[in-house]
Amino acid sequence: MRDIFPNRIKVLQFFIMFWFIIFTLRLFHLQIIDKNSLKRSQSNAIKELIDYPQRGQIFDRNNILVVNNQSLYDIIVTPSEIDKNIDSFLLCQVLNIPIEYYSEIIKKANNISKYKPFIFLKQVSFENYQLFQESSFKFKGFYAQTRSIRQYPFNCGALIFGDIGEVDSSQILAYQDYAYLSGDYIGKNGIENYYEPYLRGERGIKVIMVDALNRVKGTYADGKYDKEPKAGFDLESSLDINLQIFGEELMRNKSGAIVAIEPATGEILAMVSSPTFDPNLLSGKSRNKYYPILLRNKAKPLYNRAIQGLYPPGSTFKSIIALIALQMNAIDTNFTYYCPGYYPIGAKRLKCSHRHAPCRNIKEALTQSCNPYFCQTFRNSIEIDNSRYSAQLDYQIWYENMMKFGVNKKLDLDLKNEKKGNLPDTTFYNKIYKNQWKPTTVISLGIGQGEVLMTPLQMASSYCVIANRGYHYTPHLIRKILISDDKFELPQIKKQVINIQKAYFESVIDGLEKVVQVGTGRSAKIADISVCGKTGTSQNPHGQDHSVFVGFAPKHDPKIVVACIVENAGSGGSTAAPIVSLMIEKFIKKEIPTSRMGLVNSIKNRVITKFKIDETDSTTKKQN
Amino acid sequence: MKQTQQLRSKIDFKLFGSMWALIVIGWLTIYSAGYDSSHPWIFDVSKNYGKTFIWIIICILLNIIILNINSKVFSVFSYIYYIISILSLVLVYFIADDVKGARAWIDFGYFKFQPSEFAKLSTALALSNYMSDLDVTFNQLKTYIVAFALIFIPMGLVLAQHDMGSALVFLSFFFLLHRFGMASWILYSGIYLMFITILSLFFKPYMIAAFLMIILAVWLYRNRTSKEFKNFLTLSIISIVLTFAFSTSVEFIISKMDKHQRDRINVMAGKGGNDWNVRQSLIAIGSGQFIGKGYLNGTQSKGNFLPAKETDFIFCTIGEEFGFVGTILFLILFVYFMMRIINQAEKQKSNYAKIYGYAIVSIMAFHFFINIGMSLGLLPVIGIPLPFMSYGGTSLVAFTILVTVFIRMDIEKWILS
Repeated sequence: MRDIFPNRIKVLQFFIMFWFIIFTLRLFHLQIIDKNSLKRSQSNAIKELIDYPQRGQIFDRNNILVVNNQSLYDIIVTPSEIDKNIDSFLLCQVLNIPIEYYSEIIKKANNISKYKPFIFLKQVSFENYQLFQESSFKFKGFYAQTRSIRQYPFNCGALIFGDIGEVDSSQILAYQDYAYLSGDYIGKNGIENYYEPYLRGERGIKVIMVDALNRVKGTYADGKYDKEPKAGFDLESSLDINLQIFGEELMRNKSGAIVAIEPATGEILAMVSSPTFDPNLLSGKSRNKYYPILLRNKAKPLYNRAIQGLYPPGSTFKSIIALIALQMNAIDTNFTYYCPGYYPIGAKRLKCSHRHAPCRNIKEALTQSCNPYFCQTFRNSIEIDNSRYSAQLDYQIWYENMMKFGVNKKLDLDLKNEKKGNLPDTTFYNKIYKNQWKPTTVISLGIGQGEVLMTPLQMASSYCVIANRGYHYTPHLIRKILISDDKFELPQIKKQVINIQKAYFESVIDGLEKVVQVGTGRSAKIADISVCGKTGTSQNPHGQDHSVFVGFAPKHDPKIVVACIVENAGSGGSTAAPIVSLMIEKFIKKEIPTSRMGLVNSIKNRVITKFKIDETDSTTKKQN
Repeated sequence: MKQTQQLRSKIDFKLFGSMWALIVIGWLTIYSAGYDSSHPWIFDVSKNYGKTFIWIIICILLNIIILNINSKVFSVFSYIYYIISILSLVLVYFIADDVKGARAWIDFGYFKFQPSEFAKLSTALALSNYMSDLDVTFNQLKTYIVAFALIFIPMGLVLAQHDMGSALVFLSFFFLLHRFGMASWILYSGIYLMFITILSLFFKPYMIAAFLMIILAVWLYRNRTSKEFKNFLTLSIISIVLTFAFSTSVEFIISKMDKHQRDRINVMAGKGGNDWNVRQSLIAIGSGQFIGKGYLNGTQSKGNFLPAKETDFIFCTIGEEFGFVGTILFLILFVYFMMRIINQAEKQKSNYAKIYGYAIVSIMAFHFFINIGMSLGLLPVIGIPLPFMSYGGTSLVAFTILVTVFIRMDIEKWILS
């Protein structure tokens, strides 16, 4: 290439000189004109402190604060700034820690980085913090940072509210929308976890100037580089905290669950899983100590039986069996079946629970909870026409109707780890029975036994359909996210409509009312409230049967649906039914009349658990 | 022996001396920036300053070797070096570890090797080789295609490693192409777009368009009687529309960027952002005042404040410890060094040496403007070393080879004649 453009050399020369001049001017401004730089050079150091946001608080449906924050202080150390002559003995005295702790932590901090702030001591109380602040000038390199931990004033709802803890590396990666730093708190379970993006708020930054003695000299550049922390959003829960406390008391020394839902909205009023524990145990410093203990406990207090416990619904299933059969025209409301005391399955017999007069309609059958009647009803539903394969085809239709009631389906409430329960479909039965199965093969589904398994939440939700005469909403624990004083966001709730004639609902509800008035659920009766419900005995191959009751009240315009299961407590009428009636009464009347206090106390003191009391209870109250 | 002596007398000591002055200043600055009172010895190899000393010894050896071998070793085999470095760039993409989002280093245990540094060297050699061919002129489309390919292939590979800074440096070769005949509008429109990009950070697109409109309106008014007025008008409208579109798209791209990148850009444009590095860099430099705090007495640029104090932000330590006087003297030294290469390049008789000399100045100038511009908060934070100064073995060795090869070519100017 011949060099024909010698003049173009100037372009690069110009480029270099241009930037040289720009840089000179900029340096002149920065180093000579800018007044701030002198101030900066006098202040020895500028520190960036994290300003932790206030986590959102949780209120109950009556605006009672049920989860709040308590301020504590972390002591932070930057090893490179520690004075060689620091009085470490005094520091340990002020903070109330053994002197060996000091050298141990400083060594640890040094190993990570001399220049990086390191948490010296976590969650110091206000008293110790004050002492520390008074003589903080003696502790160069140390400073205090406000943190807040959770407080649960009512000591209840541990598994609903969940807990917070320091974020771990997998969670840092899991949340793409927010940059967590190690040391940040994050919701680990329950509502804390589900609503983490709303509750956490946003970290702020405070840039301060510190002098040679580590005394704060004020904000840097008038707070120009500060970032205010944004508090998390408060949540309004649908829980009625008094009902929740009452439920937990009733379930004391028993294993099982109670779920109470407002049928018109799907709002969960109470959700008890027993055995439970004091949620304050998992708050702050004690979390590290108690979490493993609770995890190891044989009674599984960390297991939310209300949404994870799978139980056969037992006879409570019969009202749904009846509704589906009616809608499928498999029976009519006056379907009559003469109970001989058993239902023949080939050569075997499925026994009825007790001797009783023939059932001439749905109402009587429900009142008597007649097993053969519902076996026949179920059989009719999956044998609409009598051709050879009809069972398998009709079963699938029946199965899909069941799904509409929320059986074998996650209800997607606002808690994670919900179980979906179990109900096999035709494909499953075809596979295990190699297509050789008849209605009698699966007949025990008709009485809520066999393969069908439901969570207490599903039981309650399916009865919401009955209480509402044809629909239910996604059950949920949080009904409002309070964005600001006058603005809020609503959670996403779906309405599921079930197309069954209203008249069918009415006849089933009449039956459910009779159950409580004269039938198996008499122990659920309340003098001035018309309770409708159904007992159930959930067969348990490992021991005593579970006591189940699902009910709602008042009959017209139901306000509350309650499902209760008490493990190993025998028949539904014995324990679950009175608990449900007390829950209903407590919710509707706010107070239990004194005439019924005897029942309350007898249930509270009833001990029904295969675990020794000390095993379920010793760790459950915080020792102060 | 005689030849060596003759050779020694022919070395351009102004160039050679200023290069070594930069290397030594760099070493001393790294010592000050990374000073650790428990390891006060500057040769302590457990510290970055001790490691730099080892690299300096390697550079001395390379100097001796390169100055004593025929530069044809570089020029004749330049395409081979180019291919090797392309291959190593491909290789690094697959085997390198992810360091702060960039996959640019191959870890050899004791030191980390960064192929992109050598890619600059080999691209300079290959481009010089190609363009020094007397048959190659920018009258042919083929020249454009080959020259652009030589630049964009390594640039694309570096970009694929998410090493934005090193990739941008390859754009500096456009100065070289322009110098030797590339159509001027390519360089100028490139600079114009860069200028608009920077303006877009500070102003809204419509403001930039309005500003341009005013300038063009004045220009059109003065040319209102010209025969070409219609063409001028069309040209003006097109350029306003294109500028507006470009500026809008810059704004759009910035809004789509990762948070940390957007922060860096916002800090620079004074929009509040939150970039610790830039803020600390400005405090450090600003606190140096007129004469600085004195060597090893800097407080802001040491320790916990600046994470990249020994590498990308090395300029801060000079600013803090030597103040305005020190920084200006340093800038003068650096500018002198670059101007000296341009000077010597122009005197070369061999086309290859002339083009190569120009190539290395282009690289240096780009590093100079991006690195210091970033330290002074004038440009976004783009990780790119300051030649000879920033800590980093690969970079030091690569720049030393880059310049020493040119010094050797400069000597050969006498030997060959």
